[in-house]
Amino acid sequence: MEFALQQFLTGLSIASILLLVALGLSIIYGSMGVINLAHGEFVMLGAYSAWALQTYVGISLLPSLVLIFVIVATLGWVVERGVIRYLYQRPLDTILATWGIGVMLQQIVRLAVGGELRYVQMPDSLSHSVSILGADTPAYRIFIFLMAAALFAATWYLMNRTTIGMKLRAVVQDRNIAACFGINADRIYGLTFAYGAGLAGLAGAPVSPLKSVSPELGTGYVVDAFMVVVLGGVQSLFGTVASAFLLGELSGVIAFLQNDTVAKTIVLLAIVVLIRFRPQGLFVARVRA
Amino acid sequence: MGGIRRRDFLKGAAAIGGATAAGFPHIWIKDSSLARAADGEIRVGVLFSLTGTTAIIEESLNKATILAIEEINAAGGINGMKIVPIEEDPASDPATFAEKARKLVVGDKCVSVFGSYTSASRKAVLPVFEKRDNLYWYPTLYEGRECSKNVVYTGAVPNQQQDEFVPWLIKNFGPKFYLIGSNYIYPKEENNYCKKLLEKHGGEVVDEEYVPLGHSEFSSVINKFRSSEPNVIFSTVVGDSVVALHRQYRAAGLDPAKMPMASLTTSENEIAAMGGDAAAGHFTSAPYFMVHKSPENDKFVGAYQKRWGGDKVTHFVSEPSYFQVYLFKQAVEKLAASDITPPTIREAVKGESLIAPQGKVQIEKENLHTWLWPKIAQAKSDGQFEVLVDSKEWIAPVPYAAYPGQVCAEQGLQES
Repeated sequence: MEFALQQFLTGLSIASILLLVALGLSIIYGSMGVINLAHGEFVMLGAYSAWALQTYVGISLLPSLVLIFVIVATLGWVVERGVIRYLYQRPLDTILATWGIGVMLQQIVRLAVGGELRYVQMPDSLSHSVSILGADTPAYRIFIFLMAAALFAATWYLMNRTTIGMKLRAVVQDRNIAACFGINADRIYGLTFAYGAGLAGLAGAPVSPLKSVSPELGTGYVVDAFMVVVLGGVQSLFGTVASAFLLGELSGVIAFLQNDTVAKTIVLLAIVVLIRFRPQGLFVARVRA
Repeated sequence: MGGIRRRDFLKGAAAIGGATAAGFPHIWIKDSSLARAADGEIRVGVLFSLTGTTAIIEESLNKATILAIEEINAAGGINGMKIVPIEEDPASDPATFAEKARKLVVGDKCVSVFGSYTSASRKAVLPVFEKRDNLYWYPTLYEGRECSKNVVYTGAVPNQQQDEFVPWLIKNFGPKFYLIGSNYIYPKEENNYCKKLLEKHGGEVVDEEYVPLGHSEFSSVINKFRSSEPNVIFSTVVGDSVVALHRQYRAAGLDPAKMPMASLTTSENEIAAMGGDAAAGHFTSAPYFMVHKSPENDKFVGAYQKRWGGDKVTHFVSEPSYFQVYLFKQAVEKLAASDITPPTIREAVKGESLIAPQGKVQIEKENLHTWLWPKIAQAKSDGQFEVLVDSKEWIAPVPYAAYPGQVCAEQGLQES
């Protein structure tokens, strides 16, 4: 029983990392329809920002989160203004362009700070483990869970309860009509992309003390993020949460019963089968169109 | 049909073929088959990835190799000839390794190439060196089970890392081993040998598991550690997965004093990336540690940090990268200037020995592997190791230790 709970919490922890990484993509891909292959590199830059702020400026991980969001979001905005906005009518070219940006970001980081693995210190206040109903859980993983939940709530609020969210939804439904009502679609898209990139940066920072920081950090995450978003249903935030939870628990349990190689295979297989019979994903956002 | 008649064409082609074979044999046989040192310089290839996934570690191997070459040249070269290193970046990709190796051997006519970290890249370049009878110098500890007269292996094979280590772990912590490795040939072969040793010394395997290369989510694995309660976690996880495994082990609150990880792959390099706290208390077996006390090592570490930066670490793969260049030098010194070719270097290096930073090493003439000094060390929170067991004598390389009846000898693999 204790192990079942332990394993459930483990799955939850894997799920919250998946959700953190996928949330930004869910916004960019789900709302704007941009297939952003540089998403993993935004995650990577978040991790490197955490490292740089800690090593050179001396700000520890938790207080640096706000700064990291601002840094990566600014970069996202520059990328959108500089490249992506010219490609909204050419989705295939966007794939190529974002892929290229991703490769460049990787190499720029490598040239600037070198290829070796970097080290981000875990905050001391979170480096113990807590017992939940008898199951030992690292406090840091609980923190990641809370952070994912908070960011999800903030994103949901932003999309559904604020003016900018409403404008974005209007632009997504029909750009021209929205423009007729005086909405500056360009500006909305720029801000949305920046927000999505900032979220990716915020995902990279908290995972860095659990894993290692290297220029290739993002390449694995971009695949995971797309899996989560596509499985969840492209325009549905709740779908993203549900599929992150499902994939996290599934891969956690299979990894426990079998091993991680089998887990990876079965999870991918399950996604393929599901998408075959339910191409729209688990959830469909109800849109009047 | 028309124009050229088939029969005439064949006759003509045969005539041309015959003339070629009889007329210019040296084009095919002599020049292109053998690389050779000339014009007072000895060209060697340096083939370590500076980009891609394994650049992290291979960069340090490149640096150690270049340092040795610079030192030798500064001291007057080899019999007055300079070593000219030709550096190529194979980008952590086995196919690129093969392509660059061909360029170094055929195009640049290098008489030897120093290179590779992964077994995959070594396997990829092997045909190039065997076909041209050239010589590859491989500094990494590896899984053994290879017998090529075109590779000099200066890293440890399983028997050298495990013969002392496994019984020591059983004695100090207990018989139950959890084997965890990355999912490719090296960890599987190491574990094959480990299982043999466990059987011999009364240990047992509670679980054996392989994670995908580059894997970084170990929470389920750590739950399995908790539920199966091994005495020792025997790890052959490689690359950045090592970092993730150690950090998550620590975050989960497991205790290295009760359930230590015993690794064949965790070096000062990985520890620098995971932070000393995450590594502290765990064990590694290898022939070399940066803290090893010897005048040769003081000189090596000093020179390395002076050349590449005071924060750089040396480790058990960069040390062989360094001393194997000196073995190369000793071999070439024995040769006449007109006779420096890969096969003559190979013959000259057999049985050659020198005092390396780890101790006196020697190339075994039977299999071109190296006699080494295995050590067992425990990581400390400052990022360095403390050597607990120094072997009293050097250990012979047995590349087929896990395969009774197979022996690597001068004539090639012998089966009985």
